[in-house]
Amino acid sequence: MAGIPHDHYEPKTNGERWLYRRLPIAGLIHDTLTIPTPRNLNWMWIWGIVLTFCLALQIVTGIVLAMHYTPHVNEAFSSIEHIMRNVNGGHMIRYMHMNGASLFFFAVYLHIFRGLYYGSYKAPREVTWIIGMIIYLLMMATAFMGYVLPWGQMSFWGATVITGLFGAIPGVGPTLQEWLLGGPAVDNATLNRFFSLHYLLPFVIAGLVAVHIWAFHTTGNNNPTGVEVRRTSKEEAQRDTLPFWPYFVIKDLFALAVILAVFFAVVGFMPNYLGHPDNYIPANPLVTPAHIVPEWYFLPFYAILRAFTADVWVVIAVEWLSFGIIDAKFFGVLAMFGAIVVMALAPWLDTSSVRSGRYRPMFKWWFALLCIDFVVLMWVGAMPAEEPYATISLIASAYWFAYFLVILPLLGVIEKPLAQPATIEDDYKSHYPSAQPAE
Amino acid sequence: MKESMKMSAIKTMLWGAAGLALSVTAAFAESKTVIEDVAFAHEGPFGTFDQMQLQRGLQVYTEVCAACHGLEQVPIRTLSDEGGPMLPEDQVRQYATDFPVYDEDSNRHLYDIATGEFRPLAPTDHFPAHHLAAAPDLSLMAKQRKGFSGPYGTGISQLVNGMGGAEYIHALLMGYVDPPACAPEDFDGYYNTAFANGGVPDSCKDEHGHSTIIGSWIAMPPPISDDIVTYADGTAATADQISMDVSAFLMWTAEPKLNARKEAGFVGVFMLSILAVLLYLTNKRLWAGVKGRKDQA
Repeated sequence: MAGIPHDHYEPKTNGERWLYRRLPIAGLIHDTLTIPTPRNLNWMWIWGIVLTFCLALQIVTGIVLAMHYTPHVNEAFSSIEHIMRNVNGGHMIRYMHMNGASLFFFAVYLHIFRGLYYGSYKAPREVTWIIGMIIYLLMMATAFMGYVLPWGQMSFWGATVITGLFGAIPGVGPTLQEWLLGGPAVDNATLNRFFSLHYLLPFVIAGLVAVHIWAFHTTGNNNPTGVEVRRTSKEEAQRDTLPFWPYFVIKDLFALAVILAVFFAVVGFMPNYLGHPDNYIPANPLVTPAHIVPEWYFLPFYAILRAFTADVWVVIAVEWLSFGIIDAKFFGVLAMFGAIVVMALAPWLDTSSVRSGRYRPMFKWWFALLCIDFVVLMWVGAMPAEEPYATISLIASAYWFAYFLVILPLLGVIEKPLAQPATIEDDYKSHYPSAQPAE
Repeated sequence: MKESMKMSAIKTMLWGAAGLALSVTAAFAESKTVIEDVAFAHEGPFGTFDQMQLQRGLQVYTEVCAACHGLEQVPIRTLSDEGGPMLPEDQVRQYATDFPVYDEDSNRHLYDIATGEFRPLAPTDHFPAHHLAAAPDLSLMAKQRKGFSGPYGTGISQLVNGMGGAEYIHALLMGYVDPPACAPEDFDGYYNTAFANGGVPDSCKDEHGHSTIIGSWIAMPPPISDDIVTYADGTAATADQISMDVSAFLMWTAEPKLNARKEAGFVGVFMLSILAVLLYLTNKRLWAGVKGRKDQA
């Protein structure tokens, strides 16, 4: 593997040499597990392992659930109850799958915000970042379709509202929406294709995760200083890094065990805490729930979708300029997807030459505000579309775009960064004065 | 005017009864309600169902509720399951045979062409369905409603108090009080302080059309009263006791594996905590050499 100089796999026995000449798989596994990893990684670098575990958990529990689930409008709801009541351990498998989605998103948000703070998206890691964003989009699609499968009231009406977003696209919208649904409204055809895609997409995600890991194993991990590992010699590289196994494997597994203990407490003692009671009511196309709310992990972007109503001057201006093609509804859809696009473009919007937020005195504050902004958006996303929530969500949405489109480009020009350590080793020694290089 | 008001009240009630949701987040557009926390045996991480209470609740369901409400998701055989009412199997068999099919149209699968009659139920059957418009199925009622979500709307208290679904049912059954003075005497339905989705007379609304009173009018007449059932175990059959028992029973029908789930939760948390401690110690030892801790320097 290219990148940081380190010892590579050497087949030792005859058997290993035999296999190595035919398929160097042991070498691949060895090099992946012993990859030199910056020794100063902090606890925010554990989320990758947590996410990998979540993907595995969701796939394993999902495969078992699919053995007992029936994707038909007349049977879906009862088949979930069948899993909850009759399948051995079914209630635990289902609750783990349900709450596993929440753990997955909890971890991915911390993973993304870690990347945003420490500048992990910057050159040369743009490809890792972009692949990560695609994985995140696929996760949202998968979670959304999974939520439709129990065929409760929120499943049905959530599907109706979200596919309606595509209907807002001028011209092709209604046709596109009908094509997505497989008919004029959410029905059996929709449920079937959502089930099929809900089963398919996790494997696409798994493939992209492999590419995501491949990409950052090529560039090397970022680290809290944002200073690159020295590649001039193996000795210098070793003073900046430690092999992934055992140092980071054990550290990450410890963190994972703590997180899973909390996860098990939620599954065991309050499994419906993050769900919505309405989804225990069978889907009924004739009865609209009083308040359609998406799952918590969609709320920030749902808030952005709803923030741009027809009375906001930007919306009015855009509608006028586009000769009415971009109306308030389509504007909201563009804003929602745009919010993720601007985040994906962060590598090119951030003009600062300093990678880590640790050495950026102004950036720190704007970033802290972005974190608060995200929480505020999540909160207003759950509130009804009325004052004062409408104004709050508009301000919070505006800040989200301003951070990426205005603040990040400007900060690179006006901010005077602090001095960065020359090497990771220097930084590490300032924390642990008697630190030793790895043997 | 009055006719259309009546119509809308009936429509709202039918919709509500057909399963329109009440939740705290959903309650903005609806009437405020009073749902108070009561202590059930099954609440909190250590809470398990009270077997005798579930048996009494089953009796209340059978004698009072079953005439109008179905439990179509619940297999009758589960009455003898661990963590439930745990009736002996011969009693369950007898119970199934004796159970009448009230709503024949909703239970055609029980119709026997050979005899031209509805066959007796077997333990392997589910409780019969009941698709009366204003009487929703009760299998999952205790999970379809969230009684409260404090503190500060976070809902964290449900770790100790549960979601409040059983409390909702209890509050509804005990929530029949005299209607407020603003209501006309002949308003359709029964005033109930726990019911959010029913009709409210215009005379009880402010100028924006928002209800000024607590609760709304429900189509169901007050179903329970003192001594409407006679308990075999000698428990005094007060209305409050009956209501508590059937609420607990409906929590069981909604979440029959509650006991097993909490047990699994404890095993999981316990094992993972031990694993976490071991990994913590391993990690500390592993990194001690690298970090050059004082005791090794």
